[in-house]
Amino acid sequence: MSQRIRIATTSLAGCFGCHMSFLDIDERLIELSEKIEFDRTPLTDIKTLGHCDIGLIEGGMGNTENYELLREFREKCDILVSMGACAINGGIPAMRNSFTLKECLETAYVEGVGVTDPQIPGDPEIPLLLNKIHPLHEVVKIDYFLPGCPPPAEMFWTFLDQLLNGQPIEFTYSQIHYD
Amino acid sequence: MNLKAATRLGGRIGHFSIDGVRLPFREGQTIMAAAMEAGVYIPHLCYNPEFTPHGSCRLCVVRSNGRHLAACTTPAAEGLEVESYTDELQEQRRELLQMLFVEGNHVCPACEKSGACQLQAVAYYCGMLAPELTYFYPQRTVDASHPDIAIDYNRCILCELCVRASREADGKNVFSIAGRGIHAHLQINSSTGKLKDSDLEVTDKAAHVCPTGAILPRNLGYNIPMGKRPYDQKPISLVGDVADHEESS
Repeated sequence: MSQRIRIATTSLAGCFGCHMSFLDIDERLIELSEKIEFDRTPLTDIKTLGHCDIGLIEGGMGNTENYELLREFREKCDILVSMGACAINGGIPAMRNSFTLKECLETAYVEGVGVTDPQIPGDPEIPLLLNKIHPLHEVVKIDYFLPGCPPPAEMFWTFLDQLLNGQPIEFTYSQIHYD
Repeated sequence: MNLKAATRLGGRIGHFSIDGVRLPFREGQTIMAAAMEAGVYIPHLCYNPEFTPHGSCRLCVVRSNGRHLAACTTPAAEGLEVESYTDELQEQRRELLQMLFVEGNHVCPACEKSGACQLQAVAYYCGMLAPELTYFYPQRTVDASHPDIAIDYNRCILCELCVRASREADGKNVFSIAGRGIHAHLQINSSTGKLKDSDLEVTDKAAHVCPTGAILPRNLGYNIPMGKRPYDQKPISLVGDVADHEESS
């Protein structure tokens, strides 16, 4: 009886587009499901993270909750993967790094069109935003990078297929793009 | 290359080799110029055959006789044996590219130049998956004052092609590089420092030589479908420089 590879995924300051692109491997998901099983991911109902072989993370690190989850993923996943432009360089959300956090919050919650009772949300239940969006590798060690916004489905397939078969990871020219 | 044409120009023909391939060169030609003429690709960003070599991007560094040489500034010599496409040099190029990427804000998913950008294309060619260094996240103001051309200084790689094109081809002096070290930056030579008060016109060579998305003609963005942009299907080694495509499109 062979042990199935355990995979966790999460989205930090992401748009869920990387997860959608992963699902774009379509019916090959069935083939994959014989070799892997999911731990905590937006696709399952598991709330706490267990020990995993692979952790796939989309999105940059933008708030305190992102930070905690990223640290936890690193602790519990043997192989940690930055997937997508946001995880790699902050992506489009990192365009807010050109402004101060105060400017961003005031534009949305104080000066925003149609805002009533203008105030910046301050409930302790809401994670605090960090001054800047950061790529994941500035916080924890990342083992593999899958570029793209999002990475193409073929890249996900190539990556998992080669990794699960113990082959060196090699992408074709058309699989590598940053946009 | 056309040997007859070279002879007519009076150039002495010699031969050297890149990665074991024998190439001819004319008197005074650099390794890069001779390689380009023979259709052998050496990665580069600041080199453009129309202008004086600059030597700032370092991507064209090759190895010969145990030394590292910038192919764009080193003259070809009889019998010279040059290595270019080796694991060591490609790794070094990936590191240089990572430095350029973290130094600016290269948000390819939101850039009009994506798919037609030489910086991005060279990074694809060299197999860079991600810049793994610490990002600078510069906060330079975009200049959108000119009616036909916009500049995002956060994408500038200081290749000085616009500086050279403005001086050498346009007979103007619109651009210069100011500041030292990491503070070096592109500057507009106008009374206000704004593009609208400079002599730059959209028909100028300088408005079309930028290898990245720093200097962009306005109102043209996203006009080519994904899949049909210059570097979508084939690598830059086969497609050629972005400046060639800017002119033909």
